[in-house]
Amino acid sequence: MIRLDSLLIQRIAFGLLTLATVVVVVPLVAVLLFIFLQGIRAISPTFIFGMPSEGMTAGGIWPAIVGTLYLTLGTALFAIPIGLGAAIYLAEYAQDNALTRILRLAIINLAGVPSVVYGLFGLGLFVLFLNFGTSIVAGSLTLGILTLPVIISTSEEALRAVPQSYRIVNASLGGTRWEGIREIILPQAMPGILTGVILGLNRAAGETAPILFTVAAFFLPRLPGSPFDQAMALPYHLFVIATQVPGMPVQIQYGTALVLIIFVLGMNLIATAIRQYYRRRRAW
Amino acid sequence: MATREWIIENTIRVLGFSGIGFVALIFLFLLKEGLPAFWEVAPQEMIGTRWYPTLGIYGLTPLILGSLLVTIGAVLIAVPLGVAVAVFLGEVAPEWVRDLLKPMIEVIAGIPSVVLGFLGIVALSQWIRVNLDAPTGLSAITGSLLLAYMALPTIISVAEDALDAVPNSYRDAALALGATKWQTIWRVVLPSAKTGILTAVMLGVGRALGETMAVMMVTGNAARIPLGLDAFFKPVRTMTATIAAEMGEVAQGSTHYHILFAVGIVLFVLTFLINALAAIAIFRQKRQSGGRLLS
Repeated sequence: MIRLDSLLIQRIAFGLLTLATVVVVVPLVAVLLFIFLQGIRAISPTFIFGMPSEGMTAGGIWPAIVGTLYLTLGTALFAIPIGLGAAIYLAEYAQDNALTRILRLAIINLAGVPSVVYGLFGLGLFVLFLNFGTSIVAGSLTLGILTLPVIISTSEEALRAVPQSYRIVNASLGGTRWEGIREIILPQAMPGILTGVILGLNRAAGETAPILFTVAAFFLPRLPGSPFDQAMALPYHLFVIATQVPGMPVQIQYGTALVLIIFVLGMNLIATAIRQYYRRRRAW
Repeated sequence: MATREWIIENTIRVLGFSGIGFVALIFLFLLKEGLPAFWEVAPQEMIGTRWYPTLGIYGLTPLILGSLLVTIGAVLIAVPLGVAVAVFLGEVAPEWVRDLLKPMIEVIAGIPSVVLGFLGIVALSQWIRVNLDAPTGLSAITGSLLLAYMALPTIISVAEDALDAVPNSYRDAALALGATKWQTIWRVVLPSAKTGILTAVMLGVGRALGETMAVMMVTGNAARIPLGLDAFFKPVRTMTATIAAEMGEVAQGSTHYHILFAVGIVLFVLTFLINALAAIAIFRQKRQSGGRLLS
C-alpha cells in the first residue's frame, strides 16, 4: 500500500477546512447582497413613511417601523436596569459558592428558552394574568426578559475586565464599595456595557415569535396611541406579508426585509464600532 | 448616606437573583396554563400518532418526531461544518483572515430568523424543489439547512473557545516530535478539546430545537409521522411551529389552548436539560482555563 505523504494529507485537510469556511461565509455575503439589491428598489419615502394600503399590497410600512421602535425602547427601559443590576451583583458582590452557580445556571437557561416559549409565557403572565392585553407593554416586558441574559453576560464581562487594582485603590482611599462601583468601575466598563445592551436590544428588535401573541397586530393602519395599544412590528409584518397575504408584490417583501436588516445590523455595527473604538483607547 | 448605600446594595442583590426568579416564573406560568391538558386529554391519546386539533385529537408524537427530525438534520450539517470553521479560524488561518471573518460570522447570528425564513421561501425551497427533484421545497431538509446556518455562529464560537483552551505546550510537544501541523490538530488538539466540542453540539441542538419562525415558514407544516429515508424531503411540523401557528386561533381556556402550553412545557424541559448539561461542561472547562460563559 502506498502511504500518502503526510504533507499532502495536510494540504488536503487544510483545503477542506478552507472550503468549509467559504461555504459558511459566502451565503452570508450572498444573502445580504441579494436582499439589498432586491429591496433597494422598493425603498422610497412613501414606502418608509407611508401607511399600508389596499390590504398591505401597496403603500408603506411606517406603522411597523414605529412599532418596532416603541418595542425596542420599552425593552430597553425594562431590561437595562435589571440586567445592569444583575451584572453588578455577579461581578462585584457574588461569592463563588453554590448559590451563585445556580444563579449562573438559571441565566444560561434563560438564554436557551425557545423564543416561542417566551411568547407563551408573555401571554400567560402579562397579557392574561396581569391583564395588560395584547399591547406594547406586554411585548416589551416579554422581550425584556429574553434580552436579559445577553445584557447580563456582556455587562458582567465588561465589569470584570476593569483591573482589580482600581478597586484596591478606591478602598485604600476610603471609598466604600458602592462609591467605587459608581465613580470608577461603571464609567470604565461603560463602553463594554453599551455594546452588550445594544446587542441585546438588537436581538429583541428582530424577534417574531415572542410578540406573536403579546403585541402583534396583523394590520393596523394607524400608529399606536398608548403603551397599552396593539402595534405592528417589522419582523411580524415580514412574516405576515411573506406567508399570509396572497398576491403580495415581492418588492414590498424584499423592501421590508431590507429595512429590518438595516435596522438590526445597523445596531450591530454601532455596537462593534463602540467596542473597537474604546478597546484602542482604554487606560489599562 | 449609609442608608442610601444600604438600599442601593440590597437592590443590586435582589436584581442579581432576578435570573432565578424569571426562570421560575416562566416555568410556573407554563404549568399554570399547560397542566390542565394532562387531565383533559388521556395519556394514551397524548402519545398518539395523529394531531387533528379541530377534531379534538391531540397526539403529540408527530410534532415531537418532526422537531427531532429537523434538529438531527441541522446538527448533522452544522457540527462538522462549524468545527471545521473553528479549526480553520483557530489553528490554520493567518491573523488578518481571522480578524476579518470572525465579525462576519457574528453577523450571521444577528440576522432575524424571519428574514432567513423569508429567503427560505423565495429562494432555498425553490432551489431544493428543482435540484433535488422533490415534490415540494417546503420540507424538513429546507428547515434543517436554515437551522444549521442559524446554529453555526454558536457552534463555531463555543468550539473555538474549546480549541483555545487546549494548552500550547500540547501543540509544541507534538510538533517537536515531528508531527505535521495537521497531525497535531487531528490527533492532539481535537481529542483534547472534545468535551468543549460536545458542548458546542449540545448548544447547537438547543438552538435548533427552539427555533420557531424560520422553521414554521419553510417546513410545510404537515403534522404527519416522519418515517423512512425520504422523510427529509417531505413536509413536517415541529413543536415550535405548532405553537406559533395555532395559538393565535384558539379559544383561551380550551383544551387546545392548554395542550399548546403543554407542548411549551415539553420544549422548556428539553432545552433546560440540554442547556444545563452544556453549562455544567462549560463550568468544568472554565475551572481549568479561562473561557466565556455565553457566546
